[in-house]
Amino acid sequence: MFEFKDIYLNEYFTIAGPLEKEYGVKNCDIYLDDYYFGEKSTENAEIKMQRTVLNNLITSNTELIIGGDLTNQPTAFGSASLGRKIPSIGLYSACATTISSILTLSSFIINKTIKEGVFVTSSHNLAAEKQFRFPVEYGAPKPIRSTFTATAAVGIKISNKPSNIKIKGGTLGKVVDSFVKDAHNMGAVMAKGAAETFIDYLSQTNTTIKDYDLILTGDLGKVGADIFKEILKIEHNIKVNNHIDAGAVFYKNLEYSGASGTAAQALLLVTKFIHIKKYKKILCLGTGSLHSPLLVNQKNTIPTVTHALYLEVEK
Amino acid sequence: MNKKEYLELVKKLTPKEEKLKNTFLAFLMGGTLGFIAEAIKLLLVYKICITTKEATTWVLIIFIFLASLFTGLGFFDKLVMKFKAGLIVPITGFAHSVTSSALDYKEDGLITGLGGYLFRLAGCVLLYGIIAAFFLAILKVIIYV
Repeated sequence: MFEFKDIYLNEYFTIAGPLEKEYGVKNCDIYLDDYYFGEKSTENAEIKMQRTVLNNLITSNTELIIGGDLTNQPTAFGSASLGRKIPSIGLYSACATTISSILTLSSFIINKTIKEGVFVTSSHNLAAEKQFRFPVEYGAPKPIRSTFTATAAVGIKISNKPSNIKIKGGTLGKVVDSFVKDAHNMGAVMAKGAAETFIDYLSQTNTTIKDYDLILTGDLGKVGADIFKEILKIEHNIKVNNHIDAGAVFYKNLEYSGASGTAAQALLLVTKFIHIKKYKKILCLGTGSLHSPLLVNQKNTIPTVTHALYLEVEK
Repeated sequence: MNKKEYLELVKKLTPKEEKLKNTFLAFLMGGTLGFIAEAIKLLLVYKICITTKEATTWVLIIFIFLASLFTGLGFFDKLVMKFKAGLIVPITGFAHSVTSSALDYKEDGLITGLGGYLFRLAGCVLLYGIIAAFFLAILKVIIYV
């Protein structure tokens, strides 16, 4: 468990894709008109998205870049940090990468190894589809339970310089077997890990659900959010009223379960909850499904991990 | 929560697919395609006066061409997602899978990209199609000889 003091979220920069714009994601710095961002391939577009975010956040005080994405061997992150003369670490915990990166960065700052660092992540619908599922233009029927990778890039600057948003603590989750083999049902894969980390965090910090104004889960989608709440109700007798799932609120009228992708939770967190400042105590649960096509094809169950991050947003 | 309990909970809360609606849409689309194909074939046979065998080949070429063209234009995948098996099972599905793979890997090199991945989805159709044809041919020989 982490307890941080004097660590602040100073600045952020966001890029959202065409579908996100269409479905009303507000307050982004850049909206893309198409999936290519002036590049020849979707992978290069994702690299350019991360690079643009970093260009807008990095200053001469930046001492470390941490980030990750969904591409194989975090390609987008590696190429986006190229040539910057700043140490960089790529992390991968699938869609929980946002939370694990922010926790890692905060740990470096609390240990006084660095004073200021930048976190960056992205997900690109077409690049992810190509890698995890089918070719982009192939109309593989998607079941209702499946989620849709969001196209976005988000960067956050964290330092010891005071601001309205305090990073107070968090915990790193354990990898849990979801018992699910169905790669379409990502919500069911991640809900189990989300519930376990949430309960762990409550017991570690000696708090209850009422101590938080908002529980923001990553990308469980509608299906996963229902399962998450049901587990808490059946197993722990906890009634959840202050919960929002980032995945479930994207693309409201699309017939799928919601959005997924490393950037989905980060995008909603900064453009909505940090922007409107309605909720003070926010517990973010970054939910990651550690699956790969190889694991699924060889009929293994899918492991999942959820990391927790506690923020306080002052008005 | 043990494995069985969790999987039961997942099953309970996961929305079911509308199988009846999907089947009906697929049937409708597949039937329509068959109808159009037959119409084109008859048109070719009676108006351009070619043999039925030649006309069938032309129908296939037209369907493959249109499916590939529409995939390239970017709206065929939306139709396939709607009508599912109605467009995947006919020859249009095969053309669609090859063209969409080609579009995906066109930037990854002629050998390592396009060459290696062109039949990423259609490869299994070819492989099992050829194996099935082999055994059916043997069966035909046994029955008719």
